[in-house]
Amino acid sequence: MSRLLIRNGRMLDPGRGVDLVGDVLIVEGRVAAIGPGLEAEGADVLDASGLIVCPGFVDLHCHLRDPGFEYKETIATGTRAAARGGFTTVCCMPNTQPAIDTRATVEYVLRTAAAEGTVRVLPIGCVSRDRAGRELAELAELADAGCVAFSDDGAPVADGALMRRALEYARIAGLAVIDHCEDPAIASGGVMHEGWVATRLGLRGQPPAAEESFVARDIALAAQLGAPVHIAHVSTRRAIELTREAKARGVPVTAEVTPHHLTLTHHAVAFPDGGEGLCYDTNAKVNPPLRTRDDVAACVEALRDGVIDAVATDHAPHADYEKAREFDEAAFGISGLETAFGLAMTLVEAGALDLATLIERLTAGPVRALGLERSVAGLGSLAEGAPGDVVLLDPAAEWTVEPERFASKGKNTPLAGRTLRGRVAATVVGGRVVWRGE
Amino acid sequence: MAKNGRGGRGGRIATAERAAAAPAEAPPLAGEGVWQRRHLLDLDDFSAPEIELVLNTTDVMKEVLAREVPRVPTLRGTTVVTLFYEASTRTRASFELAGKVLGADVINVSSSGSSVEKGESLIDSVRTIKAIGADALVLRHGASGAPYLAAREAGCAVVNAGDGWHAHPTQALLDAYTIHSRLGGVRGRKVVIVGDIAHSRVARSNLWALTALGAEVTVCGPPTLLPVGLDGRDRDGADEWELPPVRVQHNLDRAIEGADVVMALRLQRERQEAALIPSLREYSRLYQVNAERMARARPDAVVLHPGPVNEGIEISAELAHGARSLIEEQVANGVAVRMAVLYLLLRGRAPA
Repeated sequence: MSRLLIRNGRMLDPGRGVDLVGDVLIVEGRVAAIGPGLEAEGADVLDASGLIVCPGFVDLHCHLRDPGFEYKETIATGTRAAARGGFTTVCCMPNTQPAIDTRATVEYVLRTAAAEGTVRVLPIGCVSRDRAGRELAELAELADAGCVAFSDDGAPVADGALMRRALEYARIAGLAVIDHCEDPAIASGGVMHEGWVATRLGLRGQPPAAEESFVARDIALAAQLGAPVHIAHVSTRRAIELTREAKARGVPVTAEVTPHHLTLTHHAVAFPDGGEGLCYDTNAKVNPPLRTRDDVAACVEALRDGVIDAVATDHAPHADYEKAREFDEAAFGISGLETAFGLAMTLVEAGALDLATLIERLTAGPVRALGLERSVAGLGSLAEGAPGDVVLLDPAAEWTVEPERFASKGKNTPLAGRTLRGRVAATVVGGRVVWRGE
Repeated sequence: MAKNGRGGRGGRIATAERAAAAPAEAPPLAGEGVWQRRHLLDLDDFSAPEIELVLNTTDVMKEVLAREVPRVPTLRGTTVVTLFYEASTRTRASFELAGKVLGADVINVSSSGSSVEKGESLIDSVRTIKAIGADALVLRHGASGAPYLAAREAGCAVVNAGDGWHAHPTQALLDAYTIHSRLGGVRGRKVVIVGDIAHSRVARSNLWALTALGAEVTVCGPPTLLPVGLDGRDRDGADEWELPPVRVQHNLDRAIEGADVVMALRLQRERQEAALIPSLREYSRLYQVNAERMARARPDAVVLHPGPVNEGIEISAELAHGARSLIEEQVANGVAVRMAVLYLLLRGRAPA
């Protein structure tokens, strides 16, 4: 009988209000007990003295690129990156090749994850067939095959009528539709936030209204239909205000924010940290774009007060040559799994967020947002019988971001060389230690 | 970007520091320490003394061009490569002639008929040029920031000959030179730039250069053709805001009042299709620079246009060819300014 005893850590399970020093015992892959002074003869022991012990993180939004873009990432490398970042469950977006719009592709992802994956993988199915935005994918079959939500992420559901039908039809499966909110007409090919930095760089800007108008549309549809919508990677103050107001009215809307939208502004595109002179940092090219300080402040505030339910990485790995090129031509996205916790910890360091709230938004928050406990009972908690998914954190440890040492194939991060505080010391999935920090 | 040879990011701050550090009297000439740049990528952090150095060096180059045999051996043994990803007549010819007058070998590469057509990336083309052993790379590219990418890889001086909507520094320098030589100075002069500012690299570089030299600059055009933030309206707050200090005006008759210089910009016809203007007719009714409107400017006011001109749209034919027009002078000065730039980049840097 496999047994793991994680001993003497500060256990933090904010979803259940747990904050105590003690031990976690995992038996046969499930949490058997938590409390001080647990005894377990013959169990493997993981010493967590001085560390935070909390449920493994759950990422609602990552791109594993597999099948089809294995040169950017595979399920094997992406889930290893997840483990290093403290994530024990990742929901992967369906913008693969082929897109995850049939049972066969869902099964491929689940089979590959079981064989080669390091953490749990919960696939998100397409809203539309081939993500083309025209006909609905077979949503009920996708749910049956194991999808936990639907999204055409990478692109918005541009057609409002299709969005309406998707929200309506997804109720058969009881699953949410996740929308990448961006009105393509208003966004008009913008490659960064529309503001003074874009003016200075001579780059085409993407106005905040592109995001906000689709958030408003999706909220209106969700309110009318009573069907759950989840706003991916929210990034503007007004989009957050719309979400806040809708939640207050009882509209079934949830939202996530990325670590980079919580910490970086459009400034990062032109003036990277410590850099000399002007720059066109394609590693800071991301969609939605990095916005203003005021938007960042609104994101942090909304994460704190729960209007934003979850921190999600939008991990978007790319090959070097897709970034080392003209800004207009470079791919959008940041490789984020391995820096998420350290980057989010800068908010705790700055006193803008307390640690327990941050942990909640990485564990119970995302599970609640998409109702993932229906797929994996007890997910995101240390409750008895929950999966033995645990992360050990050293919140004070400093480390330097070295992309060449990422497990992810995607080395694309604007944080290279930056020192972060808050390190993942060990990651446990189903009672098995899958990562131990150096 | 450490090899950029550029100052801090705060354009205005850097300018003030450099101005304070420079000698107060005669603008220094090459070799006296003002020219420290390895590349000419844009003008956003150029100080007044640096720009004045280029203008003074241009005077010397004008003298060379006026000689019976306008050839000097100053850059003999150096190789200048022009790499143009967009069509161009005046800029390219002007750089080529500038290099040849100074005795450099000039090689022209254009995207058509080269490996670019076979799908070679910019970075690989630049590496190829580096391997050939070029001393200067003159780059024209449709993507803003492309010269920054090139400068990281080139291992030689990179001159931005126009990138996307971002910058066209030699055009702005030749405009400043043209204004300076006709009006006897730029400081305190009222300059109005009219038209499609949003999509204009010429306008962006001119805003930096002319404000650094102390001109009072007004930009004028329909709101759809003005870039976001120039009017200071930005949700970021003023402390982070780093754009040149200019006035924004949508009414040309008002903007042109008392102007010393009016610069008309080319209007691309596709702006109508993108719904940025209703029609060329309405555009020219509101924003065409013509003799009637120039009557509101100062009596000795001059007109500039970076070319190529759409006569009858952004400027009337009569004005473009009239006595106030410096358009041909701009082209002629372009050669001398580019000689000055090549000279300063390849010979002008003080030993470290």
